[in-house]
Amino acid sequence: MSNIPAELKYTKSHEWVSDNENGTVTVGITDHAQALLGDLVFVELPETGKTLEAEEPCAVVESVKAASDIYAPLAGEIVAVNEKLEDEPELINSDPYGEGWIFKMKLADPDALASLLGADDYAAEADQ
Amino acid sequence: MSQRTALYDQHLEANGKIVDFAGWEMPIHYGSQIEEHHRVRRDAGMFDVSHMVIVDLEGRRTREFLQRLLANDVGRLKAPGKALYSCMLNEQGGIIDDLITYHVTDDYFRIVVNAATRDKDLAWIGRQAAAFDVTVTERPEIAMIAVQGPNARDRAMSVLTEGEARQAGELAPFFGRFIGPYFIARTGYTGEDGFEIMVTDHQAPTLWSRLREAGVGPCGLGARDTLRLEAGMNLYGTDMDETTSPLESGLGWTVAWEPAERDFIGRAALEAQRATGGLKRFVGLVLEGRGVLRGHQRVFTDSGAEGETTSGTFSPTLQRAIAMARVPADIGERCEVEIRGRRLPARVVKMPFVRNGQSLID
Repeated sequence: MSNIPAELKYTKSHEWVSDNENGTVTVGITDHAQALLGDLVFVELPETGKTLEAEEPCAVVESVKAASDIYAPLAGEIVAVNEKLEDEPELINSDPYGEGWIFKMKLADPDALASLLGADDYAAEADQ
Repeated sequence: MSQRTALYDQHLEANGKIVDFAGWEMPIHYGSQIEEHHRVRRDAGMFDVSHMVIVDLEGRRTREFLQRLLANDVGRLKAPGKALYSCMLNEQGGIIDDLITYHVTDDYFRIVVNAATRDKDLAWIGRQAAAFDVTVTERPEIAMIAVQGPNARDRAMSVLTEGEARQAGELAPFFGRFIGPYFIARTGYTGEDGFEIMVTDHQAPTLWSRLREAGVGPCGLGARDTLRLEAGMNLYGTDMDETTSPLESGLGWTVAWEPAERDFIGRAALEAQRATGGLKRFVGLVLEGRGVLRGHQRVFTDSGAEGETTSGTFSPTLQRAIAMARVPADIGERCEVEIRGRRLPARVVKMPFVRNGQSLID
């Protein structure tokens, strides 16, 4: 069974979202997603400063098997990216909710966070 | 209908992640495809390849039959036990399948063909065999375990009886023979030394367990694919198929033109291709920067002419993206590959990329 921390928010496309409580969020992919993808070998990070709509593809993670898009969970602007992943994409496998974070964004509407899935709803989603 | 090999329970027990492969429930990996890949390059790993199709061909005219059926010439198989890699072509020179032939005796050859092409292969072989009075017997009750890596032979011999181990140890590269209850061949699909061991379904789980106890780790089809790609070995259905010629698939070396009077199926078509010229080249590509090459990406030469990758991956050994590509003949030492709308520089190299654990590209 994969790890789904209760304090995070989630999307159907398997991103996790952590509220930094200053109008920004940190985004990565879930333990379930990294397990499905297998060993990650490349991450194409978004550009800092880029403005995104909700559900807009903004990054790519590639495993030995396949490439997979990462989507902006909500509308906002990219304010930081995890450059460590350029040399160590496997951090997403080893620590998906910690060192394997992918980007931070400033939300256009911080209240929109409430529209994302909670851990229980995501667990049901991931189970399918 | 999904099929399982005799080792299915062993895969579950080893935490194999099971996927469908050509109608078989096979392990894609047992946790980490990359670790399994490195294990084969550095030590010893094993693959269940029981889904592959073993076919015995028997009869006085078997050699003659295979000289008609295959683009490579079994006439080259002088010594008993010698193996030969070949394409089986249609009349248009397209590749029906690629296969290995083992010369057991002059009237007994064993071939191993791909699982995904089983039905059409057996139909084609059966049709061609009729004129030669050759008996075609599929051997679905035989499993096959490929033990590969620099330590593979030692580990495998350690689970055999003394007599069996001695005979296995005497096998030269690309030879195979019946040894005890097994057919053991010093062949593989990884670019490493090792054995492919054919064993009855009944005995396969015991052999698998003993190999594990001897320190041979199970490896899935995922690692098998990255290993074969690094080794510059084509995958049927991906790098070539019935619409492609061996001459445009990097397999010209497997076409035996001599003796000129040997009329193998597809020969006339290949001769016409050769005479016409303008054939594409089949090359290795190494991506210069970051990214991952995949099959079906567009390749551009300096002149702007276009080709295509046939398979690509991130090479765990080289730590860079590599691919096989079918490209215009004017390709130079460099080209560009289009990845997600961007053209990235790649180097054109001679394959294999890796052999016996060593990079061959720098």
